[in-house]
Amino acid sequence: MKETVIKTENLTKRFGDFVAVDAISFEVYKGEIFGFLGANGAGKTTAMRMLSGLSKPTSGKAIVAGLDVFTQPEEIKKNIGYMSQRFSLYEDLTVIENIKFFGGIYGLSDKQIKQKSEELIEQLQFQNEIKKLVHDIPLGWKQKLALSVAILHEPKVVFLDEPTGGVDPATRKQFWEMIYQTADKGITVFVTTHYLDEAEYCNRISIMVDGRIDALGTPRELKEKFSATSMDEVFYKLARGAKRSDN
Amino acid sequence: MFRDRKTLLLLFGMPIVQILLFGFALTNEIKNSKIVIADFAKDIASQEIIGKIEASKNFNIEKSILSSQEIEAAFKKGEIKIAIVFPNNFNYDLRHSNKAQIQVIADASDPNTATTLTNYITSIVNDYQQDIWKTSKVPYRIMPELRMLYNPDLKGAPNFVPGVMAMVLLLVCVMMTSISIVREKELGTMEVLLVSPFKPFLVIVSKMIPYLFISLLNLVIILVLSVFLLEMPIRGSLILLVAESTLFIITALSLGLFISTVTDTQQAAMSISMLGMMLPTILLGGYMFPIENMPIALQVVSNIVPAKWFYIIVKAIMLKGLGFSYIWKETLVLAGMAMLFLLISLRNFKIRLA
Repeated sequence: MKETVIKTENLTKRFGDFVAVDAISFEVYKGEIFGFLGANGAGKTTAMRMLSGLSKPTSGKAIVAGLDVFTQPEEIKKNIGYMSQRFSLYEDLTVIENIKFFGGIYGLSDKQIKQKSEELIEQLQFQNEIKKLVHDIPLGWKQKLALSVAILHEPKVVFLDEPTGGVDPATRKQFWEMIYQTADKGITVFVTTHYLDEAEYCNRISIMVDGRIDALGTPRELKEKFSATSMDEVFYKLARGAKRSDN
Repeated sequence: MFRDRKTLLLLFGMPIVQILLFGFALTNEIKNSKIVIADFAKDIASQEIIGKIEASKNFNIEKSILSSQEIEAAFKKGEIKIAIVFPNNFNYDLRHSNKAQIQVIADASDPNTATTLTNYITSIVNDYQQDIWKTSKVPYRIMPELRMLYNPDLKGAPNFVPGVMAMVLLLVCVMMTSISIVREKELGTMEVLLVSPFKPFLVIVSKMIPYLFISLLNLVIILVLSVFLLEMPIRGSLILLVAESTLFIITALSLGLFISTVTDTQQAAMSISMLGMMLPTILLGGYMFPIENMPIALQVVSNIVPAKWFYIIVKAIMLKGLGFSYIWKETLVLAGMAMLFLLISLRNFKIRLA
């Protein structure tokens, strides 16, 4: 039996008359890489904000890491990691200072931070860069560092909001290798992306259109269901029906 | 251009506002200054001079009192800027020894205002002298004896140091806090902080603390420089001064916080702090242009400028050597402002999270 880490039932968020997220229901299992796709404005980010305790749902149910988003948002925050599409490290701090800082705000002890940062530096082979300002290291490295920092406190789930925006394909590939390593550690990866080729890397994906989840399954299932040869095609078939645009 | 209302407003609004401001509000001419008269003589000469003062548009006779203690108290409370004392036998002296004295006491903590006001009085007295010369051949002389309270040498420092203190502290706190918080919003690190178990309230507090320390350090630098270099006195309690400054800093920090919750870009935060804080602080803070001269509307507006209250407090402590009992009202206003801004910003912050 697969262990459920995220479970939502009719999770809804309204801003006035606008229904940003319209009664979505899905489950995400432990150690899974769950892709969350959708056009701009489809409601991905809002859904993610609700699951990470940043935004209070209007109605429905959601359990993250065994905790209720309505009643235990602060507890949830301790059990999740988060990396946003905009870059989420402090550019004017050095690599090691960033690690220490984020370790600190997640309540790790000095000893834990020291041990963790040594592991991390070793793993990323950042020995020569630890004293460099984050501002001065290449984007691909920053993103790897950001992901490592987001899982420093060994969360149950890590939310990645368009983590590979603006990087070249080679770096993206390396980044996905890191995502696999993360999932291998038993950390569930919840990732939103624009790149449809990346969707193929996920264990399962959901596609949001106008605030609803219109499709959910493994990439192969979805391609069969929509009789498409690639995720691109699946996506366009679904997105054609969308009423909302970017703005 | 006509579709861009903001630019249009700026282009036409600016000259209108400036003409009105500088034309009516920000003049160094002083109208309707409150004056206290202690007439120990109550004779024809003193009454005639008082009549002239009363007729002048520069003065409003607040009340006539007869004890020097009362005059002193009125100055301490900041109720009046100038007082005149006619000695006993004023007219008798004038007619028999051909010369008489009056004492003019001015609050020189603002030396410009004090000089202007004493000049008005001197010219009224000279005017009266001219009048009596017309009717008699004896060269009667009235000699105003000037007493400049709190700042006998009419130095500039006593006036501008409190002003600079208000400015610098406000600038560092409001601008720096608002920009630093908004910057994290812009860069996206604020979001990361908010998804962490770190409490939003603590995020705010830890953003404010460095600026509190920087401002306190600034305060020390300003005080040391003004005492040792500009020979500015600190007549009242230093502890009270530091405590009041800390309160002002907290007010300014909360204001900065408030700005940061209503803006999303550093640029917006910057322009609100500059235009919204700097200008009113300079124009309505009371140390450049006396507030009493301004139209009632502006006087009312000046009440929401935190620097105005701090300026009164600093002057009271440093120059007049007054204790807390004289400035509790101003203190209360500042504390009230700080509370209000903090509450609103915390509420705004929560709304954003929901």
